[in-house]
Amino acid sequence: MIEATNLTKLFRDKKRGEVRAADGISFRVAPGEIYGLLGANGAGKTTTLRLLATLLKPTAGTAVIDGHDVVREPEKVRAHVGFLAASTALYGRLTAREMIAYFGRLNGLAESEIDARIRRLADDLDMHEFLDRRCEKFSTGMKQKTSIARTLVHDPAVMIFDEPTLGLDVMTARAIVRFVRDCRARGKTVIYSTHVMSEVEKLCDRVGIIHDGRLLAEGTVPELLARAGETDLEEAFVKLSGIKEAA
Amino acid sequence: MSWHGITTVYVKELRDLLRDKRTVRSMIIIPVVVMPALTFGVGKIATVLVSKARAETPTVMVLGGADSPGVVARLRSEAKIRLVPEAADWKQEVSDKRIRAAVKLPEHFEADLRTGAALPVVIYDYQGELKSGFAAGEIEKFFHGLSTQTAKERLAEHGLPATLVQPFETRRENVAPPEKVGGNALGGIVPYMIIILCFMGAVYPALDLTAGEKERGTMETLLCSPVSRVDIVLGKFLMVLTSSLSAMALSLLSMAASFFLLGSLIAGGARAAAKAASGPLPMIDPLGIFGVLGMVLPVAVLFSAVIFTVALFAKSFKEAQSYVQPMVFIVIMPAIVGMLPGIDLNARLALVPILNLSLVCKEMLSGVWHWGYIGVIFGSTCLYAAAALALAVRMFKREDVIFRA
Repeated sequence: MIEATNLTKLFRDKKRGEVRAADGISFRVAPGEIYGLLGANGAGKTTTLRLLATLLKPTAGTAVIDGHDVVREPEKVRAHVGFLAASTALYGRLTAREMIAYFGRLNGLAESEIDARIRRLADDLDMHEFLDRRCEKFSTGMKQKTSIARTLVHDPAVMIFDEPTLGLDVMTARAIVRFVRDCRARGKTVIYSTHVMSEVEKLCDRVGIIHDGRLLAEGTVPELLARAGETDLEEAFVKLSGIKEAA
Repeated sequence: MSWHGITTVYVKELRDLLRDKRTVRSMIIIPVVVMPALTFGVGKIATVLVSKARAETPTVMVLGGADSPGVVARLRSEAKIRLVPEAADWKQEVSDKRIRAAVKLPEHFEADLRTGAALPVVIYDYQGELKSGFAAGEIEKFFHGLSTQTAKERLAEHGLPATLVQPFETRRENVAPPEKVGGNALGGIVPYMIIILCFMGAVYPALDLTAGEKERGTMETLLCSPVSRVDIVLGKFLMVLTSSLSAMALSLLSMAASFFLLGSLIAGGARAAAKAASGPLPMIDPLGIFGVLGMVLPVAVLFSAVIFTVALFAKSFKEAQSYVQPMVFIVIMPAIVGMLPGIDLNARLALVPILNLSLVCKEMLSGVWHWGYIGVIFGSTCLYAAAALALAVRMFKREDVIFRA
């Protein structure tokens, strides 16, 4: 379960002054649900997800992740979260097995448990062939599988995905989408940020439209289309977010 | 703080760094192979060149001297110089190194010597040229001998004792034990090398584990784990410290081994020099070495924490390098000042980091143990190191540092 209440994050920027990257964002995601955070570049998606993953501390407001407060218990929150983003890379000089085991240890798992988890994840993600090879030599697909295994090694209840298909080829992106669906099937609480409309339509049970750090609209895809009076999600997104199109 | 978290991060960083060719190069190959090879290689080459230059019998030209056949004949009989006939372009010959030096005998030198009215003998050499300097030295030695002998002969002619011009002799005798002689001779250079090696050993891993991780995108991955920020900093910091101390220890061991292996020439020369000077062979107080290593520990902590903190601000490895490179001068300067003669440890200097270490190590290596200063220096350096480490933790917790865009 994710429960964000008035999440706010202010940054100081030398040129722009005070920037409200997240401005009073509140939403709720239930277990077994995929919540899509839809926004343009710089809308505040990454900041919101980093606040949920406790990589950043909120200036105001808070969020409760699987019963733990992000401000008061950040370490416990991280123990219940799997965070996958385009910016979370792998250690190139470690093998896939060592990478997964490292995060198992960081999550406090016993060695026997780590071995068992690695075996299961390697079966599920078809990783046996490259499990003992160094990550620096991996293809994009292998890297994504290893990253997924890294996020799942401690079997978190909450999964946070920050534009996970960014820059990936079609087949790898499809594998990620399949994996996200699988997380929902296993009863995990999933939050998924993207600016790709087709992914939102395919995956998300509910969607929040974010712009300039504010959550402007929320609902299922049909609800958002109805509210905007549009039949196309992209048009609905432009209308609801109030983005002015370039001439 | 959890030991499990710290050791997990540390073990991973150790494995990761040992697989990195650049680390192996900077941590093992450069200190173990390159540094001693350079130090002793250059030393050996210099020793060989100097010995070769000394072994050469220099060619010397006598200018004038036709009316002083006795002096010229004695000069010719000198085994350590070889006379060549006078030539008009003697200056050019010295410059072209065809001859090493020239000596001009004044007119009627031999006759004037007997009357006591001789004018000065001028020796021409090529300043800065080693072999020319040796030749001039030999000529000087010859004429000094001639001068002394002439004085004695003249005194004898007048029935006066030789002690009239030299009533007594002076002699210097060393009372310092060998380790003090060694401490004074090597006491400056050993701490200097230890300080530099500690610093250099910490640089690469500190940069790689901070700015390098940010650049590669693995820092964010690591921060997603439930391990506390303090544990991450301590795990990484311990790795940097390990590298700093290993580079220093490996370098010292390697230098010691090189010294003993290649030492036949150097040690042989030192022994001969010590024998010639009737002095003891320089040694270092072995306890002093342990003392120095003990004192270096908080300095290595200080270096590791400071470099770690500075590199943390950078977005990339290259940017971190540009921050850390000027720090080398900040480290080298006090270490060099500590090597200068005449700078002694006092209460004020005991609080200046690096310089205090350099000065106290010089004393410890010569067997002098000022426990008061040692305590102050160790304590103050521990405090500086703790403050630097606390700063590293604080900076690591700052979002604007870790996620600096």
